[in-house]
Amino acid sequence: MTMTEKILAAHCGKKEVVPGELINAKVDLVLANDITAPIAIKEFRAAGATKVFDQERIALIPDHFAPNKDIASAEQCNMLRQFSREHDLSLYFEVGRMGVEHALLPEQGLVVPGDVVIGADSHTCTYGGLGAFSTGVGSTDVAAAMITGEAWFKVPESMKFVYSGKPGRWVGGKDIILRTIGDIGVDGALYRAMEFTGEAISRLPMSGRLTVCNMAIEAGGKNGIIEPDEITEKYVAKRARRKYRFYKSDKKAAYVEVREYDLTGMEPQVACPHLPENVKPVSQLDAVNIDQSVVGSCTNGRIEDIREAAKVLKGHKVHPYVRMIVIPATQAVYKQSLKEGLIDVFVDAGAAFSTPTCGPCLGGHMGILASGEKAIATTNRNFVGRMGSPKSEVYLSNPAIAAASAVLGRIGRPEELK
Amino acid sequence: MKFKGTAWKFGADVDTDAIIPARYLNTSDPDELASHCMEDSTTPDFIKKMKRGDVIVAEKNFGCGSSREHAPIAIKTAGVSCVVAKSFARIFYRNAFNMGLPIFESPEAAAGISEGDEIEVDADAGVVRNLTTEKEFSVAPVPAFMQELLAAGGLMAYTKKKAGLA
Ligand code: SF4
Repeated sequence: MTMTEKILAAHCGKKEVVPGELINAKVDLVLANDITAPIAIKEFRAAGATKVFDQERIALIPDHFAPNKDIASAEQCNMLRQFSREHDLSLYFEVGRMGVEHALLPEQGLVVPGDVVIGADSHTCTYGGLGAFSTGVGSTDVAAAMITGEAWFKVPESMKFVYSGKPGRWVGGKDIILRTIGDIGVDGALYRAMEFTGEAISRLPMSGRLTVCNMAIEAGGKNGIIEPDEITEKYVAKRARRKYRFYKSDKKAAYVEVREYDLTGMEPQVACPHLPENVKPVSQLDAVNIDQSVVGSCTNGRIEDIREAAKVLKGHKVHPYVRMIVIPATQAVYKQSLKEGLIDVFVDAGAAFSTPTCGPCLGGHMGILASGEKAIATTNRNFVGRMGSPKSEVYLSNPAIAAASAVLGRIGRPEELK
Repeated sequence: MKFKGTAWKFGADVDTDAIIPARYLNTSDPDELASHCMEDSTTPDFIKKMKRGDVIVAEKNFGCGSSREHAPIAIKTAGVSCVVAKSFARIFYRNAFNMGLPIFESPEAAAGISEGDEIEVDADAGVVRNLTTEKEFSVAPVPAFMQELLAAGGLMAYTKKKAGLA
């Protein structure tokens, strides 16, 4: 069996599961945010439920439109707050302690290797970076799971992605996953588990692994997953709040497809509007002037990402025609940025540095684009209207490219900075 | 289940931001969401022009992107009777079943239907008929477990029964 199959089997009390099989599995954690939880809460109540299955295993995180951007959002966030108090949920995160959900949960050790996690947010697939099975579902699934602690799944077929070679400078998890999506397309892994492996993955730090798995959904994948190893152990040992277990795929596990990538010398990748599959190496882009550069999100808002952007930006000024917005994904990242003097680098360069929020990533608040404007962002989606006006454009990249572009006023590389 | 209506044609990879832009997600009111249905798609005035009962027909990977159930809610509340597509994105597919928006997978139908064609979908017989061109297409059968879900009246009804809340 593959590791995905093993984890699912263990959670539905079976020795073995096969792709295509429909199972009911126990979930270790259920997640929803200020956009998706309100519907789940309404349905929970409509079903006449009065008790959640476990007060310690439901995470409600107001991160999308919080700190509340308007009255309607305030009402939505308040629904999470009130529901959490009513049911005494231990995993409600208020503004000031809150972070972008998929950065916050791994950082706080609330999701661990071997888990089955569902979240009413498509990027729930992020935790595959730890060796967990996690997938995005809808609000109704969350409502049901809050009652029963279970969810139904169709066991996915697995696709294996093997990466070898040493890529060029400034290349990280973001570039690896963009290159992959550029290759297989936005539905290239539809309904499938994406297992990422190979020496280039083994070398990736946990931050990069979470970034890779975060964007599995951008290829249509059900989950992304990486085999846990010493890097995983080091990451989780000091934070895990629950027992964890490492699952590994059998040598003779069945994959519907195996794809190999030689990353030798690969340069940073950029996804052009309006799909994450429109990927080009950065040097092959024509001159693209930008109005905004965003560093943050569940994809690239971890401390490693903020450090990378600061390293490029240090000693430079943001281009007069560009607004640079840096959003650490969690309070811990914020505090670490403060401690390391990174906030000074951004502020001195003329960039805005914000409290954690999803904000502009989904065109929510804190950096909406006007018609005709272009942005480079370390986020994960560049659909029409994703960051604001349906007539704006979003390019996706890693933090180093986003920072260099902010200085250049056009999409470019750190090497181009004088 | 039988549905009849005019086809509205959409391309490949229609994402949830096109179906219901995130800027409207500060509410979960179905009517409010429906009033912006397909606003950032290739037919921004869809909601003004469509009639109740009309059918959305799309190419591959319909509903890709976010997990927002607001997307199938907007489509259903707008009065769209069902969606026929070459394929559906995973979470959209799941959400549609969970909340009761009928959807049908049929590459032939997606290819053989043009905007404005009169369509009839016969879910029990598993066929989509293009009444304008008098062509008939078969749809992918619904897995047994999903039929059970539908028969129970969606996931919440199924869960209520299971949790003894009914
Ligand atoms: S940062 Fe963006 S992609 Fe991540 S959870 Fe928030 S809105 Fe979704």
